[in-house]
Amino acid sequence: MTENIAITWRRIPERYRLAGSQCTSCKTKFFPPRKLCPDCRRKGKIESCGFSGKGKIYSFSEVHSAPAGLELEIPYVLAIVQLEEGPKLTAQVADCHGCDVQVGAPVEAVFRKIRSDDPEGLLHYGYKFRLVK
Amino acid sequence: MNSTGIVGFGAYVPPYRIKTEEIARVWGEEPQRIVKGLGVQEKSVPGLDEDAASLAVEAARNALSVARLDGSRVQAVYVGSESHPYAVKPTATMVAEAIGATPEVMAADLEFACKAGTAGLQIGMGLVASNMAEYVLAIGSDTSQGRPGDALEYTAAAGAAAFLVGRQKEQIVAKLEQTCSFTTDTPDFWRRQHAEFPSHGGRFTGEPAYFRHVMGATQALFEKTGMKASDFDYFVFHQPNGKFPLEAAKKMEIDVEKVKPGLLTPIIGNTYSAASPLGLCAVLDIAKPGQNICLTSFGSGAGSDAFWLQTTDLLPKARVRATHNLAWYVGRKQYLDYAMYAKYRRKLKSL
Repeated sequence: MTENIAITWRRIPERYRLAGSQCTSCKTKFFPPRKLCPDCRRKGKIESCGFSGKGKIYSFSEVHSAPAGLELEIPYVLAIVQLEEGPKLTAQVADCHGCDVQVGAPVEAVFRKIRSDDPEGLLHYGYKFRLVK
Repeated sequence: MNSTGIVGFGAYVPPYRIKTEEIARVWGEEPQRIVKGLGVQEKSVPGLDEDAASLAVEAARNALSVARLDGSRVQAVYVGSESHPYAVKPTATMVAEAIGATPEVMAADLEFACKAGTAGLQIGMGLVASNMAEYVLAIGSDTSQGRPGDALEYTAAAGAAAFLVGRQKEQIVAKLEQTCSFTTDTPDFWRRQHAEFPSHGGRFTGEPAYFRHVMGATQALFEKTGMKASDFDYFVFHQPNGKFPLEAAKKMEIDVEKVKPGLLTPIIGNTYSAASPLGLCAVLDIAKPGQNICLTSFGSGAGSDAFWLQTTDLLPKARVRATHNLAWYVGRKQYLDYAMYAKYRRKLKSL
């Protein structure tokens, strides 16, 4: 599976450093970044914002049947992480097995290689999370 | 030279380890002979999702937290490595983007075997001293490879160290007092284009390569600064194994106890471009204010960069600001057997 280069490039800020957005009117933070606040609509103004990378495991699953490109990594943990600023996102939990993970466990964002377009294609990087012990 | 110094430093070592005896078992070598011969008990191994770029980013982020600096303030990023993920496409752009330093930032990848990280530090000193940049990030990062069964396989490891160079007195944790280099064309170790593993000159990597250059640069630093061995509290030398740095110290009549705090190869292996920089991180994590440190790297090919650093009063308060320090990374371990190691390092041809 090869992702369109323009799509990869466009998403680099959010993938590399969790660049999001927030509504200046209701202060809600969004990840991935939104261009319009669904509550304040035209009354709200959107500006870019960052996240601390700290959060908690909201839910998780151990993947044993991986999509193309991730076969070597099984079994790996895929989780919904709730960032301390509010938004939830889906990401891999690095350096661990399913038995190490619990709902509510604190995590921190790390920068990892996500996938490579074999054999001569692009390398894709982005966020994963790591359990904070 | 206008004064420059380290305002932030950060380390990263992957969580995986393989013991020397496990590698020796596979190749039918006598484990204790190898452990004793190299002075290396185990080495770090990068995860499947790690490479020199990801290692560099985590070290850089730690350096930024020590300096309490936003990445957008960094005006130049240099990443030294012999295992850049791409043959053509910079690692430095990925690091710059990940810390938020883009787009108005100078950036380039450096390559000089194991001393590309300290080459970045020298460039940083130059840019900051000449007012061309306010803050420069110099990183040494490697996920080095050794040919299966080769002596290098026991030591080729992974790690990264990052240093933020600046000039503000109220931020400097270690003054970069002086630097000099010792460089010759010495073919002791190389990797040709498209070759998966490096080749080396065996014993030739010792006297004419490592020792000549490390000692040459260190002696040159002594001459340039008027300092002598007894004036330094710590020495950090490049550490391809656990023995060379101690031998170099003995040859220069340096107390080996001043070398040991910065000697990490026995427990994490040779992290190549990160080896002596990580040694410096280890020393900065324990040094008291006002102490003198001599750092001498070595890169095959060959050359050494020597530095005189002096710690400041700000160091103790600054170092605790790292999200994770070197001791944290060194202390967490997941051991791999050789089969898993072969998979993680993609040594099986089918991977």
